[in-house]
Amino acid sequence: MMNNVNWMTAYPEIFLLVMACLITLVDLWVKSPKRDLTYGLTMLTLGVVAVMQAVYASTGDTVYGFGHMVVSDAMGNWLKCFATLSVMTTLVYGRPYAADRKMLHGGELFILSMFSLLGMFVMISGNNFLVLYLGLELLTLSGYALVALRRDNSNATEAAMKYFVLGALASGFLLYGLSMMYGATGSLDLTAVFQATASGHIKHQVLVLGVVFVVCGIAFKLGAAPFHMWVPDVYQGAPTAVTLMIAGAPKLAAFALMMRLLVDGMLPMAIDWQQMLLVLAVLSLLIGNLSAIAQTNLKRMLAFSTIAQMGFVLIGMLAGVNNGNTLSAANAYSSAMFYMISYVLTTLGVFGVILLLAREGFESEEISDLAGLNQRSPLFAGVMAVCLFSLAGVPPLVGFFAKLSVLQALIASEQISSLLMAVFAVMMSLVGAFYYLRIIKVMYFDPPLTASTVSAENHVKVVLAINGGLVLVLGLLPGGLMSLCAVAVVQALGT
Amino acid sequence: MEMLSLAIWTPIVFGVLLLALGRDEHAIAVRWFALTGAIISFVLTLPLYAQFDTAIAGMQFAENLPWIDRFNVNYHLGVDGISLWFVLLTSFITVVVIIAGWEVITERVNQYMGAFLVLSGLMVGVFCALDGMLFYVFFEATLIPMYLIIGVWGGPSKIYAAFKFFLYTLLGSLLMLVALIYLYIASDGSFDLATWQQMPLAATPQTLLFFAFFAAFAVKVPMWPVHTWLPDVHVEAPTGGSAVLAAIMLKLGAYGFLRFSLPIAPDASHEWAWLMLALSLIAVVYVGLVAIVQQDMKKLVAYSSVAHMGFVTIGFFIFSELGVSGGIVQMIAHGFVSAAMFLCIGVLYDRVHSREIASYGGVVNTMPKFAAFALLFAMANCGLPGTAGFVGEWMVILAAVKFNFWLGMLAASALVFGAAYTLWMVKRVYLGPVLNDDVKKLSDINAREFLMLSLLAAAVLWMGIYPKPFTDVMNASVTQLLQHVALSKIPL
Repeated sequence: MMNNVNWMTAYPEIFLLVMACLITLVDLWVKSPKRDLTYGLTMLTLGVVAVMQAVYASTGDTVYGFGHMVVSDAMGNWLKCFATLSVMTTLVYGRPYAADRKMLHGGELFILSMFSLLGMFVMISGNNFLVLYLGLELLTLSGYALVALRRDNSNATEAAMKYFVLGALASGFLLYGLSMMYGATGSLDLTAVFQATASGHIKHQVLVLGVVFVVCGIAFKLGAAPFHMWVPDVYQGAPTAVTLMIAGAPKLAAFALMMRLLVDGMLPMAIDWQQMLLVLAVLSLLIGNLSAIAQTNLKRMLAFSTIAQMGFVLIGMLAGVNNGNTLSAANAYSSAMFYMISYVLTTLGVFGVILLLAREGFESEEISDLAGLNQRSPLFAGVMAVCLFSLAGVPPLVGFFAKLSVLQALIASEQISSLLMAVFAVMMSLVGAFYYLRIIKVMYFDPPLTASTVSAENHVKVVLAINGGLVLVLGLLPGGLMSLCAVAVVQALGT
Repeated sequence: MEMLSLAIWTPIVFGVLLLALGRDEHAIAVRWFALTGAIISFVLTLPLYAQFDTAIAGMQFAENLPWIDRFNVNYHLGVDGISLWFVLLTSFITVVVIIAGWEVITERVNQYMGAFLVLSGLMVGVFCALDGMLFYVFFEATLIPMYLIIGVWGGPSKIYAAFKFFLYTLLGSLLMLVALIYLYIASDGSFDLATWQQMPLAATPQTLLFFAFFAAFAVKVPMWPVHTWLPDVHVEAPTGGSAVLAAIMLKLGAYGFLRFSLPIAPDASHEWAWLMLALSLIAVVYVGLVAIVQQDMKKLVAYSSVAHMGFVTIGFFIFSELGVSGGIVQMIAHGFVSAAMFLCIGVLYDRVHSREIASYGGVVNTMPKFAAFALLFAMANCGLPGTAGFVGEWMVILAAVKFNFWLGMLAASALVFGAAYTLWMVKRVYLGPVLNDDVKKLSDINAREFLMLSLLAAAVLWMGIYPKPFTDVMNASVTQLLQHVALSKIPL
């Protein structure tokens, strides 16, 4: 098996790894306080990687490499492309913030970001239990270090500890579940696991026990209730730039992990894990939305809102198989993918505004800090409002079409229970609308607390404007991204 | 570009330009730019009426482009006799509202004017959409500008009002969203309204759909008992916001009944007509009584709107041509009259900064020109023959009496209540001796206010004296709708 190395499947990863090591070395000689050279090289590397992924994705081929341990398919490549763009955007928004907070004494922010991106890549393209786990660990280990980047800040250190302990626990869950699956099926390879579970020769109870732990592990990484405890604390405690690094791109990787493990590997067990996802979705929607109402800290509120949004992604994931019929699987999973991508895009905009409003010695993380933002900067307020309306699911923004596609996937299963679930989900999104509207209220209706205008570098403003513009444009013309997801998922399911 | 697209997108483009480029330093230029945009948009809708063929019952000026392939959503537009007048009404009211906000709004003028222009385009979109999802997108998107208009330029408890408006209406429309997706699945992947209208549906789904649509549209109309948001919102909204809300946004709900509930779920509509009639009668009678005791002029007009919209739904749910046409005529008339009533209150409020009836008295002595207008609109509000308010109410009452004498009689009692609350308010505000210093210092309306009120007065009188252009347009479409609704869709 091992002679079947297909280097081509890993060129972007190899390039990213080499460049990350090189930039680490180059960074030793960088003197500028904002680390211009490191920043420039990082952006260049990521730009090249993004283009490579897009080229790979648009060829649409599914290629296995490294003895079937790695797969390069359209779904994975698009997710990697979007993850790269998301990390790039995060760095653009995050650099001024990090520079103000003495986080740029060394180039760790950039290097660790690249390594966490590499982890995401491995996670997205893994076709083997161990490879997937390896990617996950690379991502989360970089994440722990990023959260602790402000060593002198007690909140950040506390958040890093929590993240580490709970993250390690989650990884343990996942690994335990994977080892059960390995024990039951005798293989680490997803395709082989799929065949083994489909054969029906393996004792059901053992498999279900494994699936339970795998689902728990995934739910931890997604931040779905009741495994959500780390999310608010880490989002709030971490430096905002790092919060965005955790809240953005890794969600795409977590989606891929879910697709690889649950769909590619264990689709025959769908009837079991769909029920688990249903419980997770209901709890996430309920706990996320209701807890978000009570928050005064913006980052904490957004953390709870993320939990609720993950509930919607799970709705897309649980609607794939009805009574053993996988006809609507592509529809359901592509709607979940569309939801995840639009969620990441919107989150980037929201955190981008928070990052740019923060100044030296001022975090801008209370909701009241946004008071009267419209008078201080119509652009920032506009981008924020567009993103929040999108998260609330108001048309014609991309978030509405994301909700529409997961809801139609749910209702398509034509069962009374799914209709009730849909009604529950829209009622919860009504609750969600309340706390998103509250921020818009603060920005537009309240008088500003300070008269100071908001300043940002021009290229940052341009990126922010494009970010907000995309939320609107993808809402007016969602067809392209939707069919991209559909084609990618159909292909991923076909193999 | 096709005519309906122009009617939708012209105001939106003007609005977006204002939002992007306008600054308060150039407030005058901003105002003129907004007015130009509104007038161009209005003029662009006039050919729709001129070229409309009244003999055709179906959709005219149709446009159909694929929008979202994956869900088979189309950018499908068209107007028929039912929707045509609302397109014109919307663009006309927008012109009036821009004039009304001219001097009153001094802060963030570009955002105010821009919001109204965008809102206008979106509402025209609702009336033109022939695709369920397109309709929903326009329908929901109207919430964003209106939320901002109320919240930014509203009165003291504007925030409460803005939230109540947004969440109340969102609650209803989210249930409609589930219904739309259900129809999409049930029709094997189509969002086309015509397909949905032809599609057979069993009794239970019809009932569920009917109530899902009811949730969305009854809140918007608003029908008793889900009308409570309206008085709160009207009181806090700025004058222009109230005018647009009463004149057009309420009509979106009533229009939805005609486009969705009746033709898609005709059997359920017949089955539950008694409920709709009962709720409408309560709106007419009980809310009419509530209006009498109001101390606040805006609240009074808001309750009177609920009562008038009750007439509209009575007209729709007796399923006779006279009733449905009467309901639509009443909607248009109420569009003119309620906008005018709110603008009149705005004129007084700008001068005295009070909406309390008790703060006024004898305004006619200091503002004779204004009082003449106010009296005309008040008469139209209580349905005096020769004004717009009379035609629709008379048609609905006639149809109701034919349907059932007692129903007709109860509905007609609304005329008495209407006269009672309107005239009593006129007496207390405008007539009699000057009661306080505020009123003594009042100056009569200026040229701008005169222009704005005379535009509406002309419309109110024209519609009252010569309603033929309004009814002619809708005859064929209403007949076709009723023929469709009379047939059962339950598969045998």
